[in-house]
Amino acid sequence: MGGKIFAVLVVIIAIASAVPIINHTFLGASVTPPEDISTHGKAIDDQMSVTMAEAGVSFLAAQLILGLFVWQFANRKGGATKKFPGGAAAMVIVAFLFVGAEVLALGLVGSKAWAMVYFKPAAADALQVQAQAGQFAFYFRYPGPDGKFGQIHPDKIDEGNSNFFGLDPENDIPARDDITSGELVVPVGKEVHLMMHAKDVGHSFYVRELRIQQDFVPGLDLSVHFTATKVGKYEIVCTQLCGLGHYNMKSYLTVMSQEDYDKWLKSQSS
Amino acid sequence: MSDHVAVHAAPTSFIRKYVFSLDHKIIGLQYYGLALVAVVTGMVLSWIMRVHLVWPNAPIPGLGFLSKTGAPGGVVTPEYYLQLMTMHGTLMVFFVLTNAPFAAFGNYFLPIQIGAEDMAFPRFNMMSFWTTFVAFCVLIAAFFVGDGPPLSGWTGYAPLSAVGGDAGPGQAVGQSLWGISIFIFCIASLLGSLNFIATTLDLRTKGMTLSRMPIVTWAWFITSCISLLAFAVLMPACLLLVLDRIAGTSFFIPAGLNVGDHIQPHQGGSPLLWQHLFWFFGHPEVYIAILPAIGIVSHILICNMRRNMLSHKVLIYCMMAIGFLSYMVWGHHMFLSGMNPFSALVFSFPTLMITIPATIMTLIWLGSLYGSNLRINSASLFCLGFISMFVSGGVSGFFLAQPSIDIYLHATYFVVGHFHMVMGVAAIMGVFAGTYFWFPKMTGRMMNETLGRWHFFLTLIGTYAIFMPFHYLGLAGNVRRYSAFQDDFLVPLIPVHKFITYAALFTGAAQLIFIFNLIYSRFKGAPATANPWECTSLEWSTPSSPPPFDNFGGQHPVVYHDPYQYGVKSSTGDYVMQTSPERVGETL
Amino acid sequence: MRASKPCIAVAIATLCPALTFAGTISGKVTYTGTPVKQKPISMAKEPSCEKQHPTPVTTETIVTGANNTLENVVVYISAGADDANAPAQAVTFEQKGCQYIPHVLAMHTGQELHVVNDDQTSHNIHPMPKANPEWNKSQPPGAPPIVQKFENPEFISVKCQIHPWMHGWFAVLKTNHYAITKDGGAFSLPNLPPGKYTVTAWHEDYGTQTQDITITGNETKNVDFSFKAKAY
Repeated sequence: MGGKIFAVLVVIIAIASAVPIINHTFLGASVTPPEDISTHGKAIDDQMSVTMAEAGVSFLAAQLILGLFVWQFANRKGGATKKFPGGAAAMVIVAFLFVGAEVLALGLVGSKAWAMVYFKPAAADALQVQAQAGQFAFYFRYPGPDGKFGQIHPDKIDEGNSNFFGLDPENDIPARDDITSGELVVPVGKEVHLMMHAKDVGHSFYVRELRIQQDFVPGLDLSVHFTATKVGKYEIVCTQLCGLGHYNMKSYLTVMSQEDYDKWLKSQSS
Repeated sequence: MSDHVAVHAAPTSFIRKYVFSLDHKIIGLQYYGLALVAVVTGMVLSWIMRVHLVWPNAPIPGLGFLSKTGAPGGVVTPEYYLQLMTMHGTLMVFFVLTNAPFAAFGNYFLPIQIGAEDMAFPRFNMMSFWTTFVAFCVLIAAFFVGDGPPLSGWTGYAPLSAVGGDAGPGQAVGQSLWGISIFIFCIASLLGSLNFIATTLDLRTKGMTLSRMPIVTWAWFITSCISLLAFAVLMPACLLLVLDRIAGTSFFIPAGLNVGDHIQPHQGGSPLLWQHLFWFFGHPEVYIAILPAIGIVSHILICNMRRNMLSHKVLIYCMMAIGFLSYMVWGHHMFLSGMNPFSALVFSFPTLMITIPATIMTLIWLGSLYGSNLRINSASLFCLGFISMFVSGGVSGFFLAQPSIDIYLHATYFVVGHFHMVMGVAAIMGVFAGTYFWFPKMTGRMMNETLGRWHFFLTLIGTYAIFMPFHYLGLAGNVRRYSAFQDDFLVPLIPVHKFITYAALFTGAAQLIFIFNLIYSRFKGAPATANPWECTSLEWSTPSSPPPFDNFGGQHPVVYHDPYQYGVKSSTGDYVMQTSPERVGETL
Repeated sequence: MRASKPCIAVAIATLCPALTFAGTISGKVTYTGTPVKQKPISMAKEPSCEKQHPTPVTTETIVTGANNTLENVVVYISAGADDANAPAQAVTFEQKGCQYIPHVLAMHTGQELHVVNDDQTSHNIHPMPKANPEWNKSQPPGAPPIVQKFENPEFISVKCQIHPWMHGWFAVLKTNHYAITKDGGAFSLPNLPPGKYTVTAWHEDYGTQTQDITITGNETKNVDFSFKAKAY
């Protein structure tokens, strides 16, 4: 009796688990990645779909077989027991051939998407923006009309005065025209090279629609590059536990037309 | 193989019998008891966390007394949520998942299963437990000091964990206590692993060759080998962390950090170094958590199927392969950490390769069920539940093992769902299976079977209801370790979180059935014979339940057979015990 | 028997000190030069606060008024008055719209400070004293006020750990004779008994200035301060 209940339950659970994946909704919420607005996102999304199909088949097959075998072979009335044809050897071969090959394929194909994001350096004419993550906000810095970033002085940071980067405009001329912003504003269709600086502890930069995530590591000069393909406003959230305000650490990526971006940049300089 | 070793005389005083006992069986029970206290504490913490996530302004009765600053008026502050979360993870991973399936059951049954009177080093064994207990006390003390426990997660990433109080509440004394507690835990663990290894290699009784050891004995042996290397790395890592905090060193802290408006007086350190050291331990640790459960479940299923697995030896080779591979993959926790991106691919391949032994094991379990005659009882049901959960938790690994997909899923609830299913549920189901199975041997009484089945079905449904939706949340990009869901894209997901919270409270309540069953059966359970399940391994050949002080009542068992002679004609029915000199008859 | 005049005077003096000590120091605080332009604050990360400000607020380091007057200057008696006790009444520091109100809050050493959170978000107030113990407390919406005291006089920079742009000051003083200039830059320090006084004016960016003044009776003495604006 218990065996049959288990068998039925495990099949119901397996199918019920698959439904939200197929429908992309659960309890009224959308439970799927949002629309992709990046140039490399399709490779990631395709990889995800292939993996979901393979994982889904493996999951359903295993749970259904488990349910079926328990239904058939639990608490039977006597009877000689038969062995699965092929025995353990068959399992080993299946595992190596099917699963081994499949995961190798996943790994090999998947590395292409990874390479697109990480092995290609940023274009020489990419828009340079610096991002600083510090408890508990993101700030962004544009080099201003002189095209040069001023020096950062951690001991000169004065947030109450909006000097988030610790610039020294009095003594450091390139710092004078640097533009600091609480939001990351970029033009659509242009590659952005985001240089990432951690002010205090580890943080991370995550924009779901951009299919980008990268840690800020104190002491390391890290960067990501991306090209946004759609105008709009997208959330940037911190994904590396950084203290009590981690849940509140966010900003916005605002993608504008080139025209609007130029206007915005000019207005920041005044 | 050793002859009789007069390990120690039978204790007489209460303290020697039940407190500072050298008897591996008592020590095993002590580990189990400690794990029970830790799991209840950890579970209560998780309820508070889940309730806070969906009802953030609700005062939690009694919490204001535990911490006036952390939960003024009983309302959890953002830092307190993270502090509870850190303690939840630390308690569960160290004091439950390393203790219960490995130290508790392993201590109790490994010596008996190989026919020994006790562990090789009974005094080390006693020290291991009491050192673990001290580590537990030091950890719990963090609740009661200054501004409370650390908030940096059980992973304690630097520099958040290394710079001290400037990083915020909880990062002062609490974090140092955490580092010291884990350091002490490592000492205990190393002693325990040494004991298991020496015992397995040296104290097997006559006829007990390595290949005749039951699969669960092998699981404990392999786990202790992994554990020795893993904890040996964590221990100095914790020491370095504590030194950074109190001695002004800079192992993990680079120059120029402005934390809370204080420039940190450190330079030259690397936060990535902490991650490497931690995960070099951390990944084998999760296999330390699951391998004993794999062994327990396989062992119990074999007895209840009344025949061996298609090949229990292949299962053992798979466990060895997993143990070996577990040291090659730690970087998959660090794909986005700023390591050279090429290394992500280097770590990804062995991670994907672990799928092979895991698949072989799953196929062998399923294939062995085919054509069997599985006896259904609470223990075997939890074994089946284990298989289901192991598959569910395992397939989400397909996603996370690929760096390109990890770009999207890293640090989301997808990861949290993955590890809770394999560790938080599957491994715990292994512990439940072991409990129902070995309770008669440890206490001389049977657990109540009806209550056991209710416990199983409610837990199976409940844990799926909790953790399957975690994956959906992860696909939506729901970030983990958030104390509140305020971001534009998170607010619509709150109904899913409410569902999970109700499921968590429901499942938590279902565990009361188990606690009640444990306590009730201990005193009022039906008396058990020496071998109520009709199993072949040596723990069932002890003259009584519980076994006498020296396990075999002055006898030294001789082993005649491989561990799993089931489904054969014999004088006892359909099985031949390992210690029975009877020849194995024809297959039934 | 009729009470003698001196007795009546003493009785009045004891019962109505305010009537007796009516010396006042008052004046204006101004600046010369061109102050740095205040920068607009982006509250994008906290929408519940952002929408409380139809036009973005600016930093409050230098707040000026008409006729070159300077606000948020703490003017107080730094020498000459006896160090009175802390008033029983508490002072309140409010977190509203993700700003600290007032920007500069003065209190006596040992006087009770109540920090209240009127926003829908958690705040994490972090004063950074040098002469007092440092503390850092989280305050979810609807939490009770944080109650604290500072025992040593100093000017304490206050920030919010969660909202980095939030900034304010606690002026912890040994005296109850203080005023903070508002629109119009004016201040008034009444109820001073006769004596020699040092008046100090403190501005968070332009620094500190002192002047000595003697009060002989019930007169009002005028003291003005002028600060030089900084280029950066």
